[in-house]
Amino acid sequence: MAVRKPPITTREYWAPGHAACAGCGCAAALKLATKAFSEAMEEKYGDPNAFAIAQATGCMEVVSAVFPYTAWKAPWVHVAFENAAAAASGVEAAWKKLGRKGKILAIGGDGGTADIGMQALSGMLERRHNVVYLMYDNEAYMNTGIQRSSSTPYGAWTTTSPPGKYSIGEDKPKKWVALIAAAHQVPYVATASIGNPFDFVRKMKKAAKVDGPAFVQVHCTCPTGWKSPLEKGVEIARLAIETGVWPLFEIENGDFHNIKIQPPGGGAKVTREGGRIVAIEFKKPIEEYLKPQGRFKHLFKKPEAIDELREQIKAMWKVLGVDVTLPKPEE
Amino acid sequence: MPIRKVMKANEAAAWAAKLAKPKVVAAFPITPSTLVPEKISEFVADGELDAEFVKVESEHSAISACVGASAAGVRTFTATASQGLALMHEVLFIAAGMRLPIVIAVGNRSLSAPINIWNDWQDSISERDTGWLQFYAENNQEALDLILMAFKVAEDERVLLPAMVGFDAFILTHTVEPVEIPDQEVVDEFLGEYEPKHAYLDPARPITQGTLAFPAHYMEARYTVWQANENAKKVIDEVFAEFEKRFGRKYQKVEEYRTDDADIIFVTMGSLAGTVKEYVDHLREKGVKVGAAKVTVYRPFPTEEVKELAKKAKVLALLEKNVTFSVGGALFQDFSRALINESEKPKIVDFILGLGGRDVTFKDLDEALAIAQKALAGEEFEEVNWIGLRKEIL
Repeated sequence: MAVRKPPITTREYWAPGHAACAGCGCAAALKLATKAFSEAMEEKYGDPNAFAIAQATGCMEVVSAVFPYTAWKAPWVHVAFENAAAAASGVEAAWKKLGRKGKILAIGGDGGTADIGMQALSGMLERRHNVVYLMYDNEAYMNTGIQRSSSTPYGAWTTTSPPGKYSIGEDKPKKWVALIAAAHQVPYVATASIGNPFDFVRKMKKAAKVDGPAFVQVHCTCPTGWKSPLEKGVEIARLAIETGVWPLFEIENGDFHNIKIQPPGGGAKVTREGGRIVAIEFKKPIEEYLKPQGRFKHLFKKPEAIDELREQIKAMWKVLGVDVTLPKPEE
Repeated sequence: MPIRKVMKANEAAAWAAKLAKPKVVAAFPITPSTLVPEKISEFVADGELDAEFVKVESEHSAISACVGASAAGVRTFTATASQGLALMHEVLFIAAGMRLPIVIAVGNRSLSAPINIWNDWQDSISERDTGWLQFYAENNQEALDLILMAFKVAEDERVLLPAMVGFDAFILTHTVEPVEIPDQEVVDEFLGEYEPKHAYLDPARPITQGTLAFPAHYMEARYTVWQANENAKKVIDEVFAEFEKRFGRKYQKVEEYRTDDADIIFVTMGSLAGTVKEYVDHLREKGVKVGAAKVTVYRPFPTEEVKELAKKAKVLALLEKNVTFSVGGALFQDFSRALINESEKPKIVDFILGLGGRDVTFKDLDEALAIAQKALAGEEFEEVNWIGLRKEIL
């Protein structure tokens, strides 16, 4: 009888028993990321274990390493909130001197990356350390109880961006760290999503295999912070892609003129010029993504705020060189 | 044969690092310490030191990279001062808690505001609760020697704590003195390779470092740092003795100078000890019974040595380039605590002086002496005294 090869290695580096919330999208991302890393190391160096992890303080850190337990089957170190990239730089420098082959994986959430860890990240990228920085983006400070970060999207409720008489919720556009990372002209930058695990794994492997620094920003559902159904994590993340809220792209060596865009699916009509995607006509309205999430519930009483979000999404796509059409829901 | 060179303390620190052969150095420029990483980067550029020099974007990242490298199992060194050390503050606790024997050379400098680049000890004194070992050098030779010894003590399995070696901004960092550079082979024998059994990031034997500890375990983790500090007292004595045997220079946690039959002993740290010894000679010539003592090891605090010192004097006059507001200097607290339960103890008078690079002159020491003599005579005296203030601008 033919046995189908599993789509990804069965080796586990992020073991069951960690304390993440039920339905945590970030936990799924870390599981896949480490598997992808292992495959890449096996293919590049013949050693599936040739990596070490330096991780920032945050949800995925506190749920995985509670003394005397650990969920990590790879060498792992946590130092503080803002310095995963700097700690990873030190680990990489030490590995170099020890003559050890492999790559360092730095992991941080959106708070630890887009906000407090921004400087250390920039330093690590600029110094060209052989490190992949994985930003798991659940779009708020979830570990401290759902406060807005600079990666929180416009309109979202958090405990520090509550909607009210004078507030529509978060009132600033989302900051796209992947674009800032790409401006460092590092070999590889990508966005990914747990809504498209195959794409995510491919990108993590690519990031792990390039010589020099890489940055991957993965969109992860947080049912606790997003007030979304536990079982719909992947589905909601996928809706973010299909409605245009979350772009999937790759930028190599800071070449903003040749950004590789992944087609979003969901019936969207893609127009290419010379092989490059220049326009996308989305078919699913962003409301389909917003609706299942309690954090956007209040926006449905203020349709102009949803229109504002649509404009911001268009502007973001324009930076990527893509003209998008975002439909409104049918009346 | 050891060679003698004329050099600044910053260069002596860089030479110490070169001799200790750290595999990773991560540093960020700051006055007055900048020459240390400059010199190290030259050693690396010329192939005289086989280290990765990580040119980080802040002191916070400097110490974070050191923690990463040390957690990966290699000998690690950095240099900083003042605001730079303050920016490292958070990570200093982490380095000690993770038991990583990183060594920092600190060019002791004041803290802002007002911004001031000159000498006092407020920067490293303010880090006294981080768990780091602290050594203070009187001169450039001591800066070199103490850095070598700091590695040896820090990496001892009974200790495994990070260590900082302080030497005074400009007075030492930028002043040339003759310094003996020991032979590399002897230093190699003295220090040995650093092969940690507790800190490595090796895929063949994965371990988790830097975990979360709940209340069920946190306190024990802190207690082990306490124990390591206690253990360090004995280890420091051993390392000082071995250093003397190999290199011929004697070090003591508390070094005494003409303390026999002294009524008043001036106690200080760093380069001020040189000035004070000369002042003692000057007074002894006039028949005034004074002595001096220099605290070389500040953390772990040399309680036993201080108790012994206290038996020799009727008054201890502490000369301190730091302040804990509304209390006095750090030495004042530590000496008071060391002696509080002794049945017989000297009077302690505290003097805050030389902050932000203010020169400490014999005239200032005369002012301190006059107050110490009041205490000696059983008269009323101020416990904490600011010396050398310009009263006309206050």
